[in-house]
Amino acid sequence: MDTNTSIAQGIHARIRIDWPGFSLDVDECLPPRGVTALFGHSGSGKTTLLRCIAGLEHAAEGQLSFNGSVWQDARTWVPTHRRPIGYVFQEASLFPHLSVLGNLRYGQRRGQRRSKRDDPCRTRFSLEHAIELLGIGHLLKRKPAALSGGERQRVGIARALAVNPRLLLMDEPLAALDLARKQEILPYLERLHDDLEIPVLYVSHSPDEVARLADTLVVMDAGRVVASGPLNETLARLDLPIRLGEDAGVVLEGRVAERDEQWHLLRVACCNAGLWVRDSGAAIDSHVRIRILARDVSIADAPTSGTSILNTLPARVLSLGADAHPALSLVKLEVSGQPVLARLTRRSAEQLGLVPGKEVWIQIKATALL
Amino acid sequence: MFLTDSDIQAVLLTLRLATVTTLILFLVGTPIAWWLARTRSRWKGPVGAVVALPLVLPPSVLGFYLLVSMGPNGPVGQLTQALGIGLLPFTFWGLVVGSVFYSLPFMVQPVQNAFAAIGERPLEAAATLRASPLDRFFTVALPLSLPGFVTAGILTFAHTVGEFGVVLMIGGNIPGVTRVASVQIYDHVEALAYGDAHRLAAILLVFSFLVLLALYSWRPSQPRL
Repeated sequence: MDTNTSIAQGIHARIRIDWPGFSLDVDECLPPRGVTALFGHSGSGKTTLLRCIAGLEHAAEGQLSFNGSVWQDARTWVPTHRRPIGYVFQEASLFPHLSVLGNLRYGQRRGQRRSKRDDPCRTRFSLEHAIELLGIGHLLKRKPAALSGGERQRVGIARALAVNPRLLLMDEPLAALDLARKQEILPYLERLHDDLEIPVLYVSHSPDEVARLADTLVVMDAGRVVASGPLNETLARLDLPIRLGEDAGVVLEGRVAERDEQWHLLRVACCNAGLWVRDSGAAIDSHVRIRILARDVSIADAPTSGTSILNTLPARVLSLGADAHPALSLVKLEVSGQPVLARLTRRSAEQLGLVPGKEVWIQIKATALL
Repeated sequence: MFLTDSDIQAVLLTLRLATVTTLILFLVGTPIAWWLARTRSRWKGPVGAVVALPLVLPPSVLGFYLLVSMGPNGPVGQLTQALGIGLLPFTFWGLVVGSVFYSLPFMVQPVQNAFAAIGERPLEAAATLRASPLDRFFTVALPLSLPGFVTAGILTFAHTVGEFGVVLMIGGNIPGVTRVASVQIYDHVEALAYGDAHRLAAILLVFSFLVLLALYSWRPSQPRL
């Protein structure tokens, strides 16, 4: 092997599958840290790719390595139980004959036995840590049948962590839950995102989850990767065949700089400026994500007064692209080095004389703190 | 109710035969059921059909083939002779072999259905939790299909108790060796000893009813065969 370590880090996957009515052809390097979202419609192959990485699906043609160790090539096949992964299924898939604690211990014991063999020096997760992180301490004695859907999924995530994995794979862990249960679990996933040192592959078709959790975005369509890269760069691409529709927009990271008690607003420092957002209770100085949807951004050629809009920022037009409807166009702008998307009618774009390089002001109608 | 010594001997022999047969079938039937429940091989159909044959075949046909193959000129008979075991027909172990074949579907089918009902997912989950295939079988598949095993065990035991045709073909009617309860009843009837026949027949009737009652009340859903 002549690959140096920096190349060997992360996941290298070259997978080809040809099934009747479905094909997957992927050749990707995924980063060794942070949350990587595999995003696409159902049938785009994202779950199949995840299952191939877990070894649950055996692609006839495939090369797969993780941090330098080969899991699959022409001669090698490492079965699932020998891969140092944690896997969260769409339905929690807890063992009904074991209690919550029994479920957690099932993986923990086997994980300990195996990691002593492969990787003796590191314990990344204790059972206690997983229980604490997912807030399931009060459920340990119950049987899975006595849990709510959200609780079950939290146990499923804790069980995957208790194995002490070096790579966490999550297959739409929220898709089977209703909105309220999703809101119940998302904060735990965000804690995971902040806490975990291990890379996470997160399959999702929800732009909202991706915006909140992902650092890297891989967009899949019809079994192919159509775009991949850092979250915001990828979200701001105009050439994507994905139809995010109403969800087109970018995600900015910032720091809570100031709280305005009187008007219940927070000022978030990002893009060399401050954005006012509704007070979500986030602590001063905490890192937050702000989602700015293209439909909430309008463009003016001068800073306007007498408007209800709180956030007005100088920006520079980068490029213009077509949108789903022929009347609309998506404009990609740069605000202090950060890309932002705006959706306006093509007529407005024409009247404002928008061309790449033009200096304008953007008005952000609404921002959502994620 | 007063049973003669030979009646009691026949009942005890029957229970022993059914117990041994059920235990052997747990060991033999489980791998077959596991394979049938999970394979995508084109042999699934033929093997499944062979396993189910005793359900429809007259016991005398099954017994006849077993008798021939275990006889002095049959392949099994020559093998057992070469191994120094001697010939199996008209021995207790010959009956056990016959019963294992005769009751095979009663073990395999409920267990196979139970395995199939688990689905792939719990086993996949166990694999991602570092469990090896054997580990997955014993810690996930077996506990989850326990009801199927209970059903299969009860049905196999009861069905072996009710065996007659195969016994008569390959076991004959040797007191204490191959004369089971059903053969004993036949003997009583042949000898026109209807009173004796009644007593033993009533015992078998009540036994069979109680077994099935237990089976059907224990599980709310009907056991599938």
